[in-house]
Amino acid sequence: MAHIELRDVAKRYGNVEVLRNIDLEIQDGEFIVLVGPSGCGKSTLLRMVAGLEPISSGDFLIDGERMNDVRPRDRDIAMVFQSYALYPHMDVARNMGFSMEIRKVPVAARKSKVAQAAETLGLTNLTDRLPKALSGGQRQRVAMGRAIIRDPQAFLFDEPLSNLDAALRVEMRLEIARLHQSLSATMIYVTHDQVEALTLADRIVVLNGGDIQQVGSPLELYERPANKFVAQFIGSPTMNVVPVAGTKTGVTAGNGTEILLPDQPLVSQAKELGVRPEHIDVVDNGTGDLSAVADVVEHLGSDTNIYVNVEGIGSMMVRKHGNIPVKSGEQLGLRIQTENAHLFAKDGTALRRVA
Amino acid sequence: MSAVKKRHPTFVVGKYAALAFYLIFALFPLYWLLKIAITPDALIYSEGTRLFPSEVTLLNFTTVVFQTDFLAYFRNSLVVSLGAAFFTTLFAAGAGYAFSRFVFKGKRIIIALMLVTQMFPLLMIIAPIYKIVAELGLLNSLTSLIVVYTAFNIPFATFLMQSFFDGIPKDLEDAAMMDGCSRFQALRKVVFPLTLPGLGATLGFVFTAAWSELLFALMLISKNDAMTFPVGLLTFVSKFSVDWGQMMAAGVLALIPSCLFFIFIQRYLVQGLTSGAVKG
Repeated sequence: MAHIELRDVAKRYGNVEVLRNIDLEIQDGEFIVLVGPSGCGKSTLLRMVAGLEPISSGDFLIDGERMNDVRPRDRDIAMVFQSYALYPHMDVARNMGFSMEIRKVPVAARKSKVAQAAETLGLTNLTDRLPKALSGGQRQRVAMGRAIIRDPQAFLFDEPLSNLDAALRVEMRLEIARLHQSLSATMIYVTHDQVEALTLADRIVVLNGGDIQQVGSPLELYERPANKFVAQFIGSPTMNVVPVAGTKTGVTAGNGTEILLPDQPLVSQAKELGVRPEHIDVVDNGTGDLSAVADVVEHLGSDTNIYVNVEGIGSMMVRKHGNIPVKSGEQLGLRIQTENAHLFAKDGTALRRVA
Repeated sequence: MSAVKKRHPTFVVGKYAALAFYLIFALFPLYWLLKIAITPDALIYSEGTRLFPSEVTLLNFTTVVFQTDFLAYFRNSLVVSLGAAFFTTLFAAGAGYAFSRFVFKGKRIIIALMLVTQMFPLLMIIAPIYKIVAELGLLNSLTSLIVVYTAFNIPFATFLMQSFFDGIPKDLEDAAMMDGCSRFQALRKVVFPLTLPGLGATLGFVFTAAWSELLFALMLISKNDAMTFPVGLLTFVSKFSVDWGQMMAAGVLALIPSCLFFIFIQRYLVQGLTSGAVKG
């Protein structure tokens, strides 16, 4: 178990700075998810923690000890790779026990440890198979087994589920969550899938362009995004963001409609209004804040997604729970749940409403 | 992928006919080699182009083995080819790994230089090589041939090895290092076993190249006891006659090590060993 700390960490390749000002404290047993679009530096950050990439500047500490220049093998951290990285010439048992083989653990102890891990992961019948004779999900399990068996201070996961099909991904996600509960180990998990982030994390770190955008619990990020990027990245479907002009009491949209936002003291600085699809109500035509035409309607059973065109503003998306009897081409009224609306300043930072 | 397209019978016949034609075309010289080797001397000219001689003898083989220096040539060739193959593969594996995994100053220049060495004809540098070898006092020694063959084969062998290393996912090494290996241990326990096909291919390539090399062997070796097999073959050509039967018998015998060598390494040449390492 470990307390991990990153102090003003940066990564540079020559003159290109790919990560900067990374300050992050991870508590013992915490599940941290690093999330962001591809190229944001999240995998690089994970590899720096692993010791596979040198840290250009700043300090990296485990339990208060500076680890910048400690070799990966001496950091006592296990990693699960996106590609699984199973050794193709070794059977499942040897793959899982390889770390103990390297540390010269006696064969008997090794065997019982491997058998135990195989049992936990449901791999008992497969221990003498080579990786190429396994399915994707099984390979994923072997890769996790290889990490568990070491009983490390911390686990690192680099997009471990992105090579699996959708059904298997949900199943393995659940398994990782259970694993975290049973081991209560410190885990750092990299993904670009916000659903994985929201479901697994104690805290999420949102990265973009080499900077931390926001650190917080899943609900915090959903309810109080620090800026437009986080607001649009977290939450599915994506938040609607429309340009507006701030007035003293509310905002004016492109078509001249005024929406009153009474509890927002900084509303006059607002340049954009963000509303999540689930925070727009469908009301009778002619009432509500905006009038719109339904463009495409998706009936998902549990939810209805309505893509609408709002005159003078453009397209928006509305999601309602249950089955809403709306047809394509229908005129609708939309009411914005102003208590759930977000305002963004010119530079994209969120204008917080009073608590 | 499920439905295999049915081909028209003519297409199938045509395909096999083309393959058969190619095989005959490629293997006929080898057949002719064998045929002449087992033809008694007296019949070589009289029966001329008959596909199979009316009489068969092994006399040529026994003569070659017991009454000529063939066995000495053979041993010399073996020493030179194995030596060159071993050293070339050793250096090429090291260089190939570095090119594949590390970023270092001058990498592009070194690669370009190595390519350049492959571009001009060997004939141009025979004189300087002769001069260098003579100055070093290595004329008529097998060492000179091993050094020269190793030097000439390293660039190509390095590119070959580099491509094999490129085919081994870097994640495997990273995983091994996370599992507690040093870089060298990762190399030995994970990368090396996966590179066996590459090492086999490189060994085989250099071995056959050195086995049949004539030009440098002819230039650098003039003494009978240091002659390699291709040079030795020329001794069957005398001023007034060519001893076809013995020459061909020697040729057949010379094919054996190459064939054995390939049978030995072919199981390492089988690809697909790395499948299943990463997403399949």
